[in-house]
Amino acid sequence: MSDIVLETRNLKRRFGAFLATNDVSLKVERGARHALIGPNGAGKTTLINLLTGVLPPSEGQVFLEGEDITSLASFRRVKRGLTRTFQINQLFSDFTPLETVALAIAEREGAGHNLWKSMAGYDKVVDEAAALLARFGLASVMGERTVILPYGKQRLLEIALAFASKPRVLLLDEPAAGVPEDERHEVLSIVSALPADVTVLLIEHDMDLVFSFANRISVLVAGALFTEGTVAEISADPRVKAVYLGENA
Amino acid sequence: MSVVQQETTVMANSSTASATSRAAKLMKRRSRIRFYEIIIWVVAIAAYFVLPSKMLILTEIAILALFAVSLDLVLGFAGIVSLGHTAFFGLGAYIAGLMALHYVAEPVTGLIVAGIAAGVLGLFTSFLILRGSDLTRLMTTLGIGLMMAEVANQMAWLTGGADGLSGFLPGPILGLFEFDLFGKTGYIYCLVVLFVGTMIMRRIAFSPFGMSLKAIKGNAMRAGMIAVPARKRIVIAYTIAAVFAGMAGALLTQTTSFVSPDVLAFHRSADVLLVLVIGGTGYLYGGIFGAILFTLVKDWLSVITPQYWMFYIGLLLVILVLIGRDRLARWVEYLPERFSKKEDGR
Repeated sequence: MSDIVLETRNLKRRFGAFLATNDVSLKVERGARHALIGPNGAGKTTLINLLTGVLPPSEGQVFLEGEDITSLASFRRVKRGLTRTFQINQLFSDFTPLETVALAIAEREGAGHNLWKSMAGYDKVVDEAAALLARFGLASVMGERTVILPYGKQRLLEIALAFASKPRVLLLDEPAAGVPEDERHEVLSIVSALPADVTVLLIEHDMDLVFSFANRISVLVAGALFTEGTVAEISADPRVKAVYLGENA
Repeated sequence: MSVVQQETTVMANSSTASATSRAAKLMKRRSRIRFYEIIIWVVAIAAYFVLPSKMLILTEIAILALFAVSLDLVLGFAGIVSLGHTAFFGLGAYIAGLMALHYVAEPVTGLIVAGIAAGVLGLFTSFLILRGSDLTRLMTTLGIGLMMAEVANQMAWLTGGADGLSGFLPGPILGLFEFDLFGKTGYIYCLVVLFVGTMIMRRIAFSPFGMSLKAIKGNAMRAGMIAVPARKRIVIAYTIAAVFAGMAGALLTQTTSFVSPDVLAFHRSADVLLVLVIGGTGYLYGGIFGAILFTLVKDWLSVITPQYWMFYIGLLLVILVLIGRDRLARWVEYLPERFSKKEDGR
């Protein structure tokens, strides 16, 4: 319990009168495969937005490795090893996958400020980009414009792009949504193959994926933390079932 | 599950090597010299020999082209719309005039000083465009442009007010090349500055920095999530663009030996935007193509209908917008493959 990588304290976010995130105090351990589940509209994506600096919180704090990052801009959080994927693809539609990933790697290596050397001159960056794309099965389309790629491929690029920043804490917002059935496990197996000290926080609706992937689960309902526990505890918890069934009924 | 994993690994290993070599090729192809680039510079040089009586309009095109290429760096790359780009053009023009009038007649010195002065103004005003949407940026930049025009008008003791600055003659370029009556030296001078400026901005365009600008334009939120410090990059790009806009203004002063408040007029900011609408944004040469077309059309219209040419320019703009800005921005891609190949890997 001692090694907490990511922590929120009394995090709140209001949209007008609506409380999207209600007093969430979440602790994520180093190397955890932590899943965040909850019915639609429970505020899962809002929470991720608060963690990554896409939205500022109304109240409360976010800590990364014990340091308060509440007021840091997104790019500074990424530099500190916290990155994410988006539920709805957020890509550069005019870029090719190669350009997209190469830029992320160049920024990670601090080469983004160089305005004189051609990107083609960064051999290591280009090689790494190619290897990463190959790992995600995107090698064959690396030179196509992203906007014309099939949705499944764009989805893979979305995840590959987060990998390019070599995060120490990776937040995955429904990574499998829209990925063809036969490629889903491929995606999750790549995520599972991450080094053990990389922490993953996963939002996912597919319970099979959650139960096979996560070692700890937090349940979010109506913006607040409902319960938290191991996979066995959560899957046996009748209240969690009620929350889900209640929503479906 | 482990079978799937194994298969993936095997596939990955065999394809990684070929992917790497292909990636290197694609990246190199990105920044290679396009066919149309060679043509444009050859034509520009050929014009010097073929059209000796057209030096003035060729000079005008070269100056407008440099101005437009500099705007493309902020508009086409960083996605920052500006209606006040002429603030830098005008400042450069006045600085070059004042330099020639009071200090150094040698034009390259004036050009560099004008560029630096415009860059400093760009650096300071860049912080005003970091916030807000396109509309607020349009208003802010418009305001900066109008304020500069009024400052020039009010500081008559320095700028000559409404009468402008005159009574100076630029000396020989680098002490070697005298300006001549037909504007031949002036054209070559402007063409060389345009060429050097375009080549510098071209390098920037294909650097990681240039890519990060396009990423900011494409999706600012995601750019932040791959660690692109957007504000810093925009400040730098805006400053560089201001330097070259200032140099374009200096060229106008030096080739006409005159600065009037017109260099800060709103219509110049609008014209240069129109040039980019015509030529397309995001690949620098749109500024050059656009400047050629815009100047020739303007010249032609003002000959056939001296009083109403602005009406036709307006009509042209309306038609262009109706056709669709997106399609226009990509018109280079409709050129035959060998001429274009803007994108990679086809």
